[in-house]
Amino acid sequence: MIEARGLVKRYGATMAVNDLSFSIRPGLVTGFLGPNGAGKTTTMRMILGLDAPTQGSVTVDGRSYRDLPAPMREVGALLDARALHGGRRAFHHLLCLAQSNDIPRRRVDEVLRTVGLEDVARRRVKGFSLGMSQRLGIALALLGDPAVLIFDEPVNGLDPDGIHWVRTLMRELAAGGRTVLVSSHLMSEMALTADHLLVIGKGRLIADTSVDEFVRSSPQQSVHVRSPQAAELAARLRQAGAGVQAGTDPDVIEITGMDSAEVGKLAAAHAITLFELIPVRASLEEAFMELTRDSVEYQAAGATGATGATR
Amino acid sequence: MTDAAIAPAGPDHRAAFRPATFADVLRSEWTKLRSVRSTFWALTVTVVLGIGLGAAISAAAAHGYASSSVSAKLSWDPTNISLSGMIIAQLAIAVLGVLCISSEYSSGMIRTSLIAVPKRGRVLAAKSLVFAAVTFVVGEVVSFVAFFVGQALISGHAPHAALGDPGVARAVVGAGLYLTALAVLSVAAGTLLRHPAAAIACMVGVLFVLPGVAQALPDSWRNPVNEFWPTQAGGQLASVHISAHTLQPWPGFGVMCLFVAIVYAIAWTLLDRRDA
Repeated sequence: MIEARGLVKRYGATMAVNDLSFSIRPGLVTGFLGPNGAGKTTTMRMILGLDAPTQGSVTVDGRSYRDLPAPMREVGALLDARALHGGRRAFHHLLCLAQSNDIPRRRVDEVLRTVGLEDVARRRVKGFSLGMSQRLGIALALLGDPAVLIFDEPVNGLDPDGIHWVRTLMRELAAGGRTVLVSSHLMSEMALTADHLLVIGKGRLIADTSVDEFVRSSPQQSVHVRSPQAAELAARLRQAGAGVQAGTDPDVIEITGMDSAEVGKLAAAHAITLFELIPVRASLEEAFMELTRDSVEYQAAGATGATGATR
Repeated sequence: MTDAAIAPAGPDHRAAFRPATFADVLRSEWTKLRSVRSTFWALTVTVVLGIGLGAAISAAAAHGYASSSVSAKLSWDPTNISLSGMIIAQLAIAVLGVLCISSEYSSGMIRTSLIAVPKRGRVLAAKSLVFAAVTFVVGEVVSFVAFFVGQALISGHAPHAALGDPGVARAVVGAGLYLTALAVLSVAAGTLLRHPAAAIACMVGVLFVLPGVAQALPDSWRNPVNEFWPTQAGGQLASVHISAHTLQPWPGFGVMCLFVAIVYAIAWTLLDRRDA
């Protein structure tokens, strides 16, 4: 269980994290989601005692991180897979950290096997690919067999096999009763891994909800219609107050502000033939982009209009 | 795939381990130090320069003794001459000391280290203690070997020293102690400055540049530097002959230790307060 109360982190004039309160429960994979620069990493650094909050507090199982008697036995963390001394062999990298928390040497071999790095255990880590470094970072997080796990963008640099492996691992860890917090800026990734979502933007909490609920509450959908009388239908729909957009195909229109049942009834009432009547659901990705649109820190020019289905 | 590495977290999860101790962090830092190649190379350089350069300077000084001035003969200090390789060898210790913490900052390893040991003072204390112990052992070995090699080369050409002579044993042991104090200073400097290049430059300034510049200044400036500049004062411990405007060996070493303690205290405080 991780609990934050009124967490604030200010760097000079920049509010990196602004009044964040949440609790992250055991037995679930909690996705920590937000655009780049939203404050995810800063929040994780505060949980792990690397940064001191400007205001507020965060605890792990009721204690502040710095007060944990054997931190690696209680919290496993992967922040930055490249944060290691390149000249050290993978085995020694894990060994020196294991020793600092009285974790036995055989456990180092165990986790190296778990992440599939046993064959390169004696190689210097500067020769590792990003994917191998990620695996080593995950091995480090698992070293103390902790009840709380924190991963910052763990699938970065992994191949599809590796991504699938990380997903399965997260699910297994949560199924074993552990608290799992995983950050990502990719909604699609979280949709496949997480049970619960914590969405932040510009340092503020935007949503604290289950994945299912998040999908259900996803914003306005549209209706796709193909009809030989598209122009007539468009006029009728506009009279009824719906929004209509024509595409390049003269027979196709996209309708907003009216659901597919209403569109169907209206067409029937005016004896308009329909070939296609398809409700278009906003994808999770689009729902997420809609939600965080106002809080994206670095936005490409014109990118605001890119969320096609929600327009 | 995940086998024994991931057992379900039961309610007795916490019963299985004891709190981490300072001894655990010491073992961790020892592993860190011995598992990178720079340690091996820096210590090799210390040994080779400390002994080899000491031997070369001893031989040269011994051959020049007969033709040297009276005042030079009066201040003839065969012990200190045999230990003069340390003047260059200390640079290897300073660089290694700086690197053993600042390389953690440049690679990002420091964050991993501080997540593993959030009581940050322990990391600094263990790092300095382990490195100081290694330096002490290497320093004493180099110092004694350099002394015996040097005296063997000097004898027959000039008066030489024996370990039993007054102040000689203290000077030989003192050269190792001086390196040990320097080791702690370097770790503290690396912690303070965090950037390897900046910290190494700073150590070179303290060890060579400032004392060197002072020699070109008028006496009113030069004398206090020779007397009180921490590394100059500490170096007195490796001398048998005490020249004018220098401190006695132990008070001189005391000045150096005080300086090290002050820098260390600042490093400790900053490490504890700064965001990592």
